Amino acid sequence: MMEKILQEKYVQLEHVNMTFQTKKGTFEALRDVNFSIREGEFISIIGHSGCGKSTVLNLIAGLLTPTDGLLFCNGREIAGPGPERAVVFQNHSLLPWLTCAENVHLAVERVFGNTDSKIQLHERTHAALELVGLSHAAEKRPNEISGGMKQRVGIARALAMEPKVLLLDEPFGALDALTRANLQDELMGIMAKSGSTAVMVTHDVDEAVLLSDRIVMMTNGPAATIGEILPVELPRPRKRLQLAENAEYNHLRAEVLKFLYERHAKKAA
Amino acid sequence: MSAISIEKESLASIMQKETTEVSKVKPANDAVMEIPTELIKKPGKLAQQTRVFFQWLLPPVFGILLLLTVWTVIAQQSHNLPGPVSTWNSAVEVFSHPFYRNGPNDQGIGWNILASLERVALGFSLAALVGIPMGFIIGRFQFMSRMAAPIISLLRPVSPLAWLPIGLLVFKAANPAAIWVIFISAIWPMIINTAVGVSKVPEDYMNVAKVLNLSEWKIVSKILFPFVLPYMMTGVRLSIGVAWLVIVAAEMLTGGVGIGFWVWDEWNNLNVEHIIIAIFIVGIVGLLLEQGLIAVARRFSYE
Repeated sequence: MMEKILQEKYVQLEHVNMTFQTKKGTFEALRDVNFSIREGEFISIIGHSGCGKSTVLNLIAGLLTPTDGLLFCNGREIAGPGPERAVVFQNHSLLPWLTCAENVHLAVERVFGNTDSKIQLHERTHAALELVGLSHAAEKRPNEISGGMKQRVGIARALAMEPKVLLLDEPFGALDALTRANLQDELMGIMAKSGSTAVMVTHDVDEAVLLSDRIVMMTNGPAATIGEILPVELPRPRKRLQLAENAEYNHLRAEVLKFLYERHAKKAA
Repeated sequence: MSAISIEKESLASIMQKETTEVSKVKPANDAVMEIPTELIKKPGKLAQQTRVFFQWLLPPVFGILLLLTVWTVIAQQSHNLPGPVSTWNSAVEVFSHPFYRNGPNDQGIGWNILASLERVALGFSLAALVGIPMGFIIGRFQFMSRMAAPIISLLRPVSPLAWLPIGLLVFKAANPAAIWVIFISAIWPMIINTAVGVSKVPEDYMNVAKVLNLSEWKIVSKILFPFVLPYMMTGVRLSIGVAWLVIVAAEMLTGGVGIGFWVWDEWNNLNVEHIIIAIFIVGIVGLLLEQGLIAVARRFSYE
C-alpha cells in the first residue's frame, strides 16, 4: 500500500510558495504550487518566460528552499541538492579545464566512489559517454566540441549518476532547430531505456508534447501557479514524422498553444 | 616568447598573400606562367619574409637609438653625467669580474644581484604562501571578505618603506627587515587578485558542485583553483614587479650586499657610470622576472 503511494507520488510539491528578496523589495514568484509526479513519468513544465518554471525545477533540485510549503522525493523531504536529483543545466555547465570524460568522471566518482573500483568507475564514465554517442570525444575539452555535443556531455554527466529524478532546465534552448530535434529523439530513446523519472522545463510546445507524459502549464508571474495539467497519452515509442500528421498530437499541441496565447497571453513588455 | 609568436603570425600572413597573388596571376597568363611562377615564388617569399622581419625589428631599435641619443645630448651638456660610451666601457669592466670578494662592502656585481634576488625570492615566497590561501578564504566566504576589507584598504596604500622601521624594530637585523618589507608590499596584489578570481567563479559551476555534493577539497581543487589560476598569476606578476621595485629602495637603507646598496655605495664614491649600470640591471632583471612568470602562467592556463 505504502509503496503504491510512493510510486504515485514519487515527487511531490505541497502548497509551495516562493518569494525572493530583491533590491526593489519582495518578489512573489510562486504561490501555492501543488502537483505530484509518478515514478518513471516524464513531466514538462511550460510557461512564458519569467513565470517561475525554472524556480520550480531549482526547488526540486534543492538549489532553492521554498519560503513556504513542502517538497518530497521518494517519501523524504528535499533538504538540499543531491546526486539522486541530477540536473542538466541550460548552458551545459561543463568545467572547461576538464575533458568530457573527466567532467563525467567527477560526477561518477562522487556517487559511486565508495562502492565501485577504479576500473568500474572508468567503465561507468565511458558507458555514459557511449549512451549519448560521444565516445570519440571523451578526451576533448568542452571548447573543442559543438554546442550540441556539450549539451550531450551534460546529459551524460547527469545520467551517469543514475539519478532517481533527472531534472532538465531548458536543455536544448540554446541549440539550433536541427540539433535540438536530434537530441530530443536521443533523449526519448535514453529515457525509454533507463525508465527514470524526469522533469523538464521548456518553452517549446512541440518539445513538450513530443517528450512528456504530462505537461504542467503555468500561469504568468508574479505569484505564478499551475494553470492546468495536460495528460499526453500518445503511444510510445513516438516518432516525430508520424506524429506530425497525428490528430491527437495536433490537438494536444493546440491545447497548449491556446493555454499560452489565449488564456494566459503575456502582454508585450 | 613574443618574437616567436609574431614570426609565426607573419609567416601565416605571408602564406596567405602568396596564394592570393598566385591565384590572381594564374588565369591571366595560364600557359606562359607555368614554370616562371615557381621561380618568382621563392625570391618573393624570402623578400617578403625579410621585410616583415625588419618591420617587426625596426621600431624597438629606433626606440633604443632615440633613448641613447637623448642621453648623449644631455650628457654633453652636463659635466657630471657620463654618456653611453663611457658607461659601456665601465660596464664591460664591471662585468668582466662579476664574482670577486674584497671584504663585506666590496663585492662583485654578480654577488650583489644574487643577494637582492635571494631577498626578493624569500619575501615573495612568504607573501605567496600567506597571500594566496588568504585570497581563497576571503573570496569564498562573505564574512571573511567583509572582515578583511577594512584591514586591506587601510594597510595597502602604505608606502613599502614605511614598514622598514617596524621590521628593524621587531627583527633587530637589517636582512630580515628587508625581507619583511618585500613580504608586506608583495602580499596585497596576490590576496586581492586571488579573492577577485574566487568571487568571479560562475554560479553555474557552483551549482554543479552543489548538485554533486562535492567536498570542500574537491570544490577547491577541481573548480576554484583551475578557474582562479589566471587571476592568481596576474597577482603573482604584479607582486614580483612590486617586490623587485621595493628591494632597491630597501637595500639603500639597510646596507649590506645587494643591488640597492651597490647603487648607494657608488653614489658615495661618485661613480655615476656604475649607478647608470645599476639602473639598467634593475630594469633588465625586472623584465626577465616578469617574462618568466608570463611564460609560467601561459603554461598553466587551461585555455
